[in-house]
Amino acid sequence: MLWIIPALPLAAVALNLLIGDRLGRRGTAWLACGAIALAFAASLRAVIALAGHVEADRRIVETAWTWMRVGDFHADVAFLLDPLSAVMTLIVTGVGFLIHVYSTGYMADDPSFRRFFLYLNLFMFAMLTLVLADNFLLMFVGWEGVGLCSYLLIGFWYERPRATEAGKKAFIVNRIGDFGFILGLMFLIKWTGSVNFGQVFESAPRLFEPGSTSIAAAFASLASGHGLPVITVATLLLFLGATGKSAQIPLYVWLPDAMEGPTPVSALIHAATMVTAGVYMVARSHVLFLLSPASLEVVAVIGAATALMAATIGIAQNDIKRVLAYSTVSQLGYMFFACGVGAFGAGIFHVMTHAFFKALLFLGAGSVILGMHHEQDMRRMGGLASRMPVTHWTMLVATIAIAGIPPFAGFFSKDEILEKAFASGHYGVWIAGLLGALLTAFYMFRLYVLTFRGAPRFDERGADSLHAAHVAAEHASHAHGAHGHDDHGHDAHGGPVRESPASMTVPLVVLAVLSVVGGLVGLPFQAGGHLLDRWLRPVMEGGGAPAVRVAELSRGTEWGLMALSVAIAALGIALAFRAYLQKPELATGLRARFEGLHRVLENKYFVDELNQAAFVGPIHRGSVALWRFWDEKVVDGIVNGVGYVLEGFSAILRLFQTGYVGTYALFLALGVLALLLHFLRS
Amino acid sequence: MVTLNHYLILSAILFSIGTAGVFVRRNLITILLSIEIMLNAVNLTFVAFGRALGSADGQIIVFFVMTVAAAEVAVGLAIIVNVFRLRETVFVDEINLLKG
Repeated sequence: MLWIIPALPLAAVALNLLIGDRLGRRGTAWLACGAIALAFAASLRAVIALAGHVEADRRIVETAWTWMRVGDFHADVAFLLDPLSAVMTLIVTGVGFLIHVYSTGYMADDPSFRRFFLYLNLFMFAMLTLVLADNFLLMFVGWEGVGLCSYLLIGFWYERPRATEAGKKAFIVNRIGDFGFILGLMFLIKWTGSVNFGQVFESAPRLFEPGSTSIAAAFASLASGHGLPVITVATLLLFLGATGKSAQIPLYVWLPDAMEGPTPVSALIHAATMVTAGVYMVARSHVLFLLSPASLEVVAVIGAATALMAATIGIAQNDIKRVLAYSTVSQLGYMFFACGVGAFGAGIFHVMTHAFFKALLFLGAGSVILGMHHEQDMRRMGGLASRMPVTHWTMLVATIAIAGIPPFAGFFSKDEILEKAFASGHYGVWIAGLLGALLTAFYMFRLYVLTFRGAPRFDERGADSLHAAHVAAEHASHAHGAHGHDDHGHDAHGGPVRESPASMTVPLVVLAVLSVVGGLVGLPFQAGGHLLDRWLRPVMEGGGAPAVRVAELSRGTEWGLMALSVAIAALGIALAFRAYLQKPELATGLRARFEGLHRVLENKYFVDELNQAAFVGPIHRGSVALWRFWDEKVVDGIVNGVGYVLEGFSAILRLFQTGYVGTYALFLALGVLALLLHFLRS
Repeated sequence: MVTLNHYLILSAILFSIGTAGVFVRRNLITILLSIEIMLNAVNLTFVAFGRALGSADGQIIVFFVMTVAAAEVAVGLAIIVNVFRLRETVFVDEINLLKG
């Protein structure tokens, strides 16, 4: 009964549309959250049933109906539950449910409460379709669906121009990726005649020539005029789709802007679920990627580069949500370079742990933002630990988890990724990962210290003093998020800071618990691989692909690497505490000394401006020119021309309509005469 | 001798005069008169044939034609009166509201 899992949120959407306004806030909340709770229960039941299967036969396929049949090609609406999609489904429904509950508190005062849950449920439907699909085409339907919902939810407060701009940007950048996805898919269809995962992966080793073995080999092949092997091209195109959806270089630019949306949206879509769709797709298609080592290398390089680059931007951001956004981009980079070095399982492991602590971080940030009356600039926070205890402790747990301190969740997954990178000989990627980890620990604890520790840098009394500080700060910075406004578009106003209601804090606590224990499924040093590894094995090693045998490391090396990771994380944390809590002049001093570099980082390497100048501007000008010529002159000309021609004909014809009875009588008689002559003749 | 042909030719001439009147004349009432002339020409044709073929059918048909002609004139005159009331004219070339 797999179809029930995506059907439940869809049914909630339908009910919401039909009777939502009669349900009121409570009814809508119950409907939306209830649907997801049931979906989670159904997923759990299905996964337990799956676990009951023998390991070799651990897949459940359920065909709902045949979608299309064209000659030899057919595509079905069919669902696949295997260990990989099981992990994803549980994450999506579980974390999704917690975020739905949180949203009932966060959006409680919003006039468009009902519309929010409508979109949120629609998103869940699309995402579940994506992860449960058993073929590329149905997955693509879900892929597009989540892109649409992302656009709808980013631009949820559509009266705000920044939100609508951000929504458009997300959708358009995503579309570029989708273009790659579709082209890659077309190659697969042409070469294998199917879109079904099982059929494609099973026949791929036979039907495709071996791919390029490295990026260098690929360039050589291109330079010598031999072109590239099809599998390399196809996988690179699929990866382009993944970079769009999962915010990697070069298509990551939409994700920081997506923070204009409500915070629960940022948590659900842009942290825990949608952005991981690219990773899931790559992991699912690991058979294809393994056939083309050059593509894997590209994945690894881009993943590592993104991980490092986003981390460097993160240390210079002042808006709490933007730090988290760049952190997400960075962590996604980790997941991708894990896949790139062949450790697909480790990538999925990080998807899971990241879902827990990143969702928690975003939800916690939302709690802070609400508590601070819509203030998002960390420079105006501080001292919240005592005022918002639950938020404080849960955020601290999440921050420790993302920094990679054992035994919290992030440590195991991140360490496994770094270890696999090292073991497979990708030292460049490994170094990038280590540096990224250092920066991650640093900027996350910077966030923690600025927000929760130290003396409050805001006024709890009232609006006026805050506005004065607001104006002063605005003149002093060129930062992107200089205004004290947030996703609600309200300008920050002071007032007492209080902890958030239970509907928000309970999910925080649950996620905190998961952030602590979630990593234990990846506890290393287990014979035959850790729990998650063994669970995913039938997917990762079943099918025709060459098995991924990353070199085994000695115990000593493994412990050494682990110690190194922890040391790096601890260093980052220590630096953050020193620079922001103990000796704040250190931070300001450094910023003054490296003013230029800081400006570059704060302005995200001016990538958006670069894109605008290099791509958006010219394309826009080209479009306007085309519009002026083709649309206005040619197309309108043709349409209007038809009108003019018809008018001309009518002008001639209307001469018959004299309005005189006599003329009509004459024509009548002439007609009779003509008929008469005709009949007399024959 | 006055043969059938003479009657027929007379009818034809009368019919043509009537038709010409319908096309050429301006006054609505004159047009109505011309229509009457056409009808009478037809009557003459029927009677002439009736006599020539030795049957009374021709004259019976003439009864019908005359009845219809009378009714038609009544209706036609009613229309003309109404048009005159509306447009203050009986001249057909001034009644061209339907001009396209």
